[in-house]
Amino acid sequence: MLEFLETITGVPTPLLFGQLLLGLINGAFYAMLSLGLAVIFGLLNIINFTHGAQFMMGAFVAWMLLAWAGIGYWGALILAPLIVGATGVVIERLMISRLYKLDHLYGLLLTFGIGLMIEGVFRNEFGSSGLPYRIPAELSGAWDLGFMFMPIYRGWVVVFSLVICLATWLVIEKTRLGAYLRAATENAPLVQAFGVNVPRMITLTYGAGVALAALAGVLAAPIYSVNPQMGTNLIIVVFAVVVIGGMGSILGSVITGFGLGVVEGLTKVYWPEASATVIFVIMAIVLLTRPAGLFGRA
Amino acid sequence: MASETTAGPMPTTTAEAQGLWGYSRAQFVALLILIAALIAGPFFLYPVFLMKLLCFALFACAFNLLIGYVGLLSFGHAAYFGMGGYIAGYTAKAWGFTPEVAVITGALVAGLQGWVFGWIAIRRQGIYFAMITLAMAQMVYFVCVQAPFTGGEDGIQAIPRGRLFGIIDLGPDMNMYWFVAAVFLLGFVMVHRVIHSPYGQVLKAIRENEPRATSLGYRTDDYKLVAFILSATLAGVAGGVKSLVFGIATLTDVHWSMSGEVVLMTLVGGLGTVFGPMVGAAVIVTMQNYLAEMGAWVTVIQGAIFVAVVLAFRRGLVGEIANLLKVKL
Repeated sequence: MLEFLETITGVPTPLLFGQLLLGLINGAFYAMLSLGLAVIFGLLNIINFTHGAQFMMGAFVAWMLLAWAGIGYWGALILAPLIVGATGVVIERLMISRLYKLDHLYGLLLTFGIGLMIEGVFRNEFGSSGLPYRIPAELSGAWDLGFMFMPIYRGWVVVFSLVICLATWLVIEKTRLGAYLRAATENAPLVQAFGVNVPRMITLTYGAGVALAALAGVLAAPIYSVNPQMGTNLIIVVFAVVVIGGMGSILGSVITGFGLGVVEGLTKVYWPEASATVIFVIMAIVLLTRPAGLFGRA
Repeated sequence: MASETTAGPMPTTTAEAQGLWGYSRAQFVALLILIAALIAGPFFLYPVFLMKLLCFALFACAFNLLIGYVGLLSFGHAAYFGMGGYIAGYTAKAWGFTPEVAVITGALVAGLQGWVFGWIAIRRQGIYFAMITLAMAQMVYFVCVQAPFTGGEDGIQAIPRGRLFGIIDLGPDMNMYWFVAAVFLLGFVMVHRVIHSPYGQVLKAIRENEPRATSLGYRTDDYKLVAFILSATLAGVAGGVKSLVFGIATLTDVHWSMSGEVVLMTLVGGLGTVFGPMVGAAVIVTMQNYLAEMGAWVTVIQGAIFVAVVLAFRRGLVGEIANLLKVKL
């Protein structure tokens, strides 16, 4: 069976599955980050350029909790998103909320500036070499699946992020709160007229989107080294993912995120030089054929 | 601005009608001051610093052509700036092109690249346009990391300044300065001519109300694409000249942070003002010069300026001055 697979694919099976797994993990981060971007964009009508910095903050807060307060991975998984989400609430109240009446582009510029500031502060404080974060004892080690060794932590990241994405989808599509959210996305003044506190909902939505980015950051901390630039390069790829998927559909951005991660992983196997650019090429092709994105509404 | 479009498809403000060569009286005075500063500058300030400033000023003017007059925020202009630099540097070094031919070659390649990327990006508007241009520029960055001709992490080094038209040696800083100043002035005047041509009036109409421009029979996508190509070409000129001035073309110039810097320069100077981009470029380049040893704090300060300008000074420096004096600058 495995030899047969090797003959078809033309590459050693462990290499193929290893890259597929890496692709799924990258895809998990793409999915969680583009999900947050889409939720924020839906209600606030801004593209949150700070998202990458907030992803990085999630990883750093996890590191700080461990180094300074002795709180381990599991505590960080809950506390870091709350802390970073709270900073998001402050940013929204103090700055972003002043721009809602202006051209959306100002929101992009403002959040870009905030991102630069956060990244710069962390680079001053921690340098750019990166800090290690250990995989928690419960999730270290690897399973022998017969055709490959799977590090348990990597499997955990894929499964856990899928659960988070599904939970987000359920909250937005199936709960009363989600119904308010979708209604406010369509027509905020009308929802406000029904007595819903829309400004507070906007603030909390931004906080939740930011918390999602921070959660992805905590998940990423043991895989990548924790460094101030870890978010910025990622967020540009996520922008491309968002353009490819279109921001209209929650499930769409999850599928696009994981799918593109896998495509990127496969490209690493067959044409390593192109793996950094493949998502951008796909974006160009999608724009030429379906300008609104795969799941977007024109 | 809004009143202009309601007046008719091709508005001509009275100030423009009275002015000289399409410049309002205030703009003409500012232009004379600019030319005087260009001539006097190298006798008071370090010419290499001034050349760096002029390259970025031209880059910002090119960028402003899009954001200020068509309302398109390109977040990936480093791609054209950097590519212009790489191509000019490579052709000057490896193929022995004279500086003017090298810069033109770099500009043409940047323009061609702008054609392709613009053609793809104008399918979406607003925020999506910004994200697409950023993503395309990131692709260029990764290509430049790997492509053999860019020299990867090392970049192209020891690019000769060469002899202008094969005659004038640009080695001495003062000779190079006059060349850079001439290119800058040419580019600046060209942007102004474009904006004040009938074509430029259509661009402004598209910025104010694209559906209306469409309904008046203008193929808005074609207009936007031509503006994008022009802007990319000029950014390529700026990048090409910069690589000749410093004799080096590196990944810094194609990195996304360079795209962010040109946005910042234009924003600080004033979006959609004629003289804003160069003032903004002067402010940011001077700031980077003085704060160079502060490391990552420069990033923090740049971010803070972004935030401050967006929240409080959306007109920018020149825009605020023009508003105070009640003139167009």
